[in-house]
Amino acid sequence: MVTALRPKSGPARSYQFPKFHSEVLSDGIRLLVAPVEKLPVVTVLVVVDAGSSNDPIGKEGVAMLTARALLEGTRRYDGAKLAEKFEQLGTSLDSGADWDSIFIKITVLSERLWAALGLLSEVVTTPVFPEREVERLKAERLAEILQIETEPRALADERFESFLYAEESRYSKPDGGSAESVSRLSRADVEQFYRSRFISGATTVILTGDVQPDEAHELVESAFGGFPTGSTPAQPLVVAPRSGARNVHIVSKSGAPQSELRVGHIGLPRSHPDYFPTKVMNAVLGGLFGSRINLNLREAHGYTYGASSYYDWRRGPGPFAVATAVESDVTALALREIFLEIDRIRHEEISADELSLATHYLEGVFPIRYETTSAVATALANMVIHDLPRDYYDSYRRNIRGVTVGSVLEAARTHIHPGELQTVVVGDAALIREPLAELGAGVVHIHDA
Amino acid sequence: MRIPIETFHLDNGLFVTLSEDHTAPIVAVNLWYHVGSANEREGRTGFAHLFEHMLFQGSAHVGSNEHFELIQRAGGTLNGSTWLERTNYFETIPSNELALALWLEADRMGELLPAMTQEKLDTQRDVVKNERRWSVDNQPYGTMLEKLQELVFPSWHPFHHSLIGSMEDLSAASLDDVAQFFATYYTPDNAVLSIAGDFDSSNARSLVENFFGPIPRGKGKPPLSAMTLPSVFGKQLRAVVPDDVSLARLFMAFRAPVFGSEEYYASSVCAALLGMRKGSRLYRSLVRERQVAAGVSAFTFGLAKGTDLLVVDVTARPETETSQLEEEVEREIDLLLSDGVTGEEVNRALALIETDLVASLQSAGERADGLSMFATYFGEPELINEQTERYRAVTTAKVNDFITERMVEENRASLLYVPKDRVEVEEILATAAGVS
Repeated sequence: MVTALRPKSGPARSYQFPKFHSEVLSDGIRLLVAPVEKLPVVTVLVVVDAGSSNDPIGKEGVAMLTARALLEGTRRYDGAKLAEKFEQLGTSLDSGADWDSIFIKITVLSERLWAALGLLSEVVTTPVFPEREVERLKAERLAEILQIETEPRALADERFESFLYAEESRYSKPDGGSAESVSRLSRADVEQFYRSRFISGATTVILTGDVQPDEAHELVESAFGGFPTGSTPAQPLVVAPRSGARNVHIVSKSGAPQSELRVGHIGLPRSHPDYFPTKVMNAVLGGLFGSRINLNLREAHGYTYGASSYYDWRRGPGPFAVATAVESDVTALALREIFLEIDRIRHEEISADELSLATHYLEGVFPIRYETTSAVATALANMVIHDLPRDYYDSYRRNIRGVTVGSVLEAARTHIHPGELQTVVVGDAALIREPLAELGAGVVHIHDA
Repeated sequence: MRIPIETFHLDNGLFVTLSEDHTAPIVAVNLWYHVGSANEREGRTGFAHLFEHMLFQGSAHVGSNEHFELIQRAGGTLNGSTWLERTNYFETIPSNELALALWLEADRMGELLPAMTQEKLDTQRDVVKNERRWSVDNQPYGTMLEKLQELVFPSWHPFHHSLIGSMEDLSAASLDDVAQFFATYYTPDNAVLSIAGDFDSSNARSLVENFFGPIPRGKGKPPLSAMTLPSVFGKQLRAVVPDDVSLARLFMAFRAPVFGSEEYYASSVCAALLGMRKGSRLYRSLVRERQVAAGVSAFTFGLAKGTDLLVVDVTARPETETSQLEEEVEREIDLLLSDGVTGEEVNRALALIETDLVASLQSAGERADGLSMFATYFGEPELINEQTERYRAVTTAKVNDFITERMVEENRASLLYVPKDRVEVEEILATAAGVS
């Protein structure tokens, strides 16, 4: 039969994150080029410092709407024609906004790069935001908001953030805006947002794959010529907790067969110096299949299909959360285990075995993450958005290896605050209300879905 | 684009495919077992998938959950998945850990049963029931796959029953079922092993021979009941599902040529032309121009036996009445049938598909999975290199032939989700109207 002898690792081959070329073009746009010689494809990613955090008060959702409306028409082509032109080249345009940036992205066969990049630059530099299309996109966002009302996972995420952050924080409201704020947006708001944020000093163009820096330089310099120069002021972000005490919020969904759970508090900004020990700490707590929370809730108790914890890394302090969905009648039991695990990671050092599982995993999967031109482009975009050092990806694995059981405990003690945990449960209130009140996890509040 | 391919068989019947690529020091290991929910016996719906979970519960020389632990500790990613016709297991790992991944797969193929216990089965049964609650019961439109299977396949057909299974059948599964299923289907002659990425082919070959060679051949599996179906339903089928959803959504399915046949490619191009991306026909018409839909897509299932399905998926805008949604989609299909499609539409679809085919080859895991798929279904892993040519051979005439034969009224099955509670929808619409 199969040998009982476990094979040993062979000698590891070295890996290097793709080398990239970086320059600032004559009009102030930053260009990054990472040639990857493997397949005849190129990804082009345009990143603009214009994320949802920059939405003016009362105009929440304008960044997202602008990102979507970019594709709806340029001076030369209407939206339908643009889609047709891109897609005849075998590429399609994706655009979106996250908290920190607007991105516009294509992946195309390298022989069609010239044509596709020309079109892409039109989208970025000469959009016209037709009234009819802006109104349609608003209506589609309203449809999306309605969908979330019946989707327990998205609803739990959204409500969790609204209970975490103070009302006046942009983070307390959905990045795409609420029904109320989106309904109020106009074409003029989109135009205004675009004019104020889409300028060369806030824009980076990234090319990865089958392309060389000199070719990219020539292409981008000519295609993006005439882009308004200058830079945008940094927008101050208000971040304060909604409550200093523990609370349990039940978002009522009668008859729900499961409770969708989120437990956490405000986390850390991406730029925090404790990023690496915190990342490893989270991997041990709930970031891996073999993490404490997943093994406890799924494998020891069978309460769930999966349980995890995460930090949502943003420029400002995004949420730290444990997320899972459990059968309704074990809701309180599952929460008890989650609280126990959160306390435990703060009270004693993790074992050397747990540390090595997390660090070996994070080190090992590093090259696997960057197999595609699209993934390499996204990594470079993150470097720009978060102002990471140029050698960030070259030193990443060394930084992971530098984390110790001591620094993990220190990170847990400093950055996890059991007294501030907010619990959100989307589930059958009639069934879970009493057990949750007995749990002592804070005052129980009941809300409509 | 062509990737290099080597193949060989072990004496026990294991079919092995290799594809070297030394761009990065990583390697993908991928095993397809030619068994899926179609092979389940009556009263055991969901068993193929529950069994997939048991494969992560240890084997003779591997502890419970140790498979996950060892691969993640080695810096790799892993998972498994179950489909109607097959079950797959896969790892992508640093290339110096290839032996570990192969050994783990061999140990569970050879000696799973010594590690099986009632307790593990009970826990995984609970995990799978929670997976069902999470992905099917407590998810808008989550029942789509099982409702569609029920609607479009006759009750005697192996594709008729639910893949995730009923709670009742999951409760009934026993350790005896595990032993029997393992002996029948998890044998080297019913599997394909693919390795793609950074490895030396002679070294990989000897590892495979050492680890998998000693596993005995199976005794054969029972044949599936007849799967062939007429090319059309014969009449219009329709089912309405009132559900906890905010927006009505219509899935319209057509019987279509099986995956791998020449006609399949015309069907696949037709799906892309209808619903892939914003330049597609349905997006242009229903989302952009008429503004009755919030989203559209269209796809083929890619079933290699019996019949495939082409599915058009249209989500209504909140203010669109469900009857209007159905009429609008019907009208689009009628238009397709009466006027056919243009060369430009076919070119757009082909161009998008080609980019996706090339881009998908970037990942070692996807290369290995493609090799296993073509080897499992057709015995020809080389087909992975022929896909672009097969698609390029699709002409406008072939797409129009497909439409004429398959998009007729007697080949349409409508699965319609309607919000069971319109009140909430109306409240939100009123709020929005009040402020604009």
